[in-house]
Amino acid sequence: MPKAMNEIFDYLNGLFPEAGLAFDESVPCIIVPAASIKEVALQARDDQELLLDTLMCLSGVDNGDETLGVVYHLDSMTLRHKLTLKVIVPASDPHVPSVDRVWRIAEWHEREAFDLVGMIFDGNSDFRRILLPEDWEGHPLRKDYQVPEFYNGMKVPY
Amino acid sequence: MGLLSKQFDDGNIVLTSVEGVLNWARLCSLWQMSFGLACCAIEMMAASASHNDIMRFGVLPRPSPRQCDVMIVAGTVTLKMATRLKRLYEQMAEPRYVVSMGSCSNCGGPYWEHGYHVLKGVDRVVPVDVYIPGCPPRPEALLEGWMRLQEKVRDFTLVKQEGEHA
Ligand code: SF4
Repeated sequence: MPKAMNEIFDYLNGLFPEAGLAFDESVPCIIVPAASIKEVALQARDDQELLLDTLMCLSGVDNGDETLGVVYHLDSMTLRHKLTLKVIVPASDPHVPSVDRVWRIAEWHEREAFDLVGMIFDGNSDFRRILLPEDWEGHPLRKDYQVPEFYNGMKVPY
Repeated sequence: MGLLSKQFDDGNIVLTSVEGVLNWARLCSLWQMSFGLACCAIEMMAASASHNDIMRFGVLPRPSPRQCDVMIVAGTVTLKMATRLKRLYEQMAEPRYVVSMGSCSNCGGPYWEHGYHVLKGVDRVVPVDVYIPGCPPRPEALLEGWMRLQEKVRDFTLVKQEGEHA
């Protein structure tokens, strides 16, 4: 049976009463503390009631208030329902456990989020930049990013 | 002056300059490096297809820079690509030419202000012979650019020009 997002929240909250999950009506999404994201992800994938087998998208967000966010868009091929999870971490210490062992595709998405926004995914099996050159400095989609004057001797601004 | 300075009535003999023949041969077989960088490459491919048929100008796409005369920079040059593009240019044998196709490679195009990763004009890393404006330029514009390049090759001379340094 497909479930609505608030039903999934009630179900997950019953399974992880200690974890401190919260439901955000406005988006809607479930806000998960960084420490619990891996457990919740594994449960969401394997639980017969949820079977969220596909990670459609993993994005990184700079919220602009000294926090960074990671958004997980999940889909169940068999039960045909969707779920959005969100993790919010402080920009000064942006550590998030990796979910690349839960959904294999997360490896590249997490590398992209790191490359452009700069959160650190602990446990990602190949953690390095994916789009920008290895020697690039900074994370360009941060709100406070300054475009460098030069890159390898090439002038960058117009 | 045309290619043939003098033609005799009894056939079989024409007079011209060595330079004229060499330039004519070169401008009719400018080989192109086959690579594209972004959306402009689609128009470049359209120029090679049957409707516009750039091959009638003697253009052959070659997969190796060693065999090419012309590099068509068709698309957005990112800073990451710019270092590779320069390397490819250096691998081409002289005389070599660069055609910058489209706004992106001319000046950064739509990314001129917020493209932290885009080179604002390919002429910052390699010398450009012909600029073709447009986003993207139509295949006809590429053909026109190509004919401009041919004019440039036609005027090439081995003789030292007045005021030129040795
Ligand atoms: S000039 Fe326009 S069409 Fe060409 S590569 Fe740039 S954005 Fe694409």
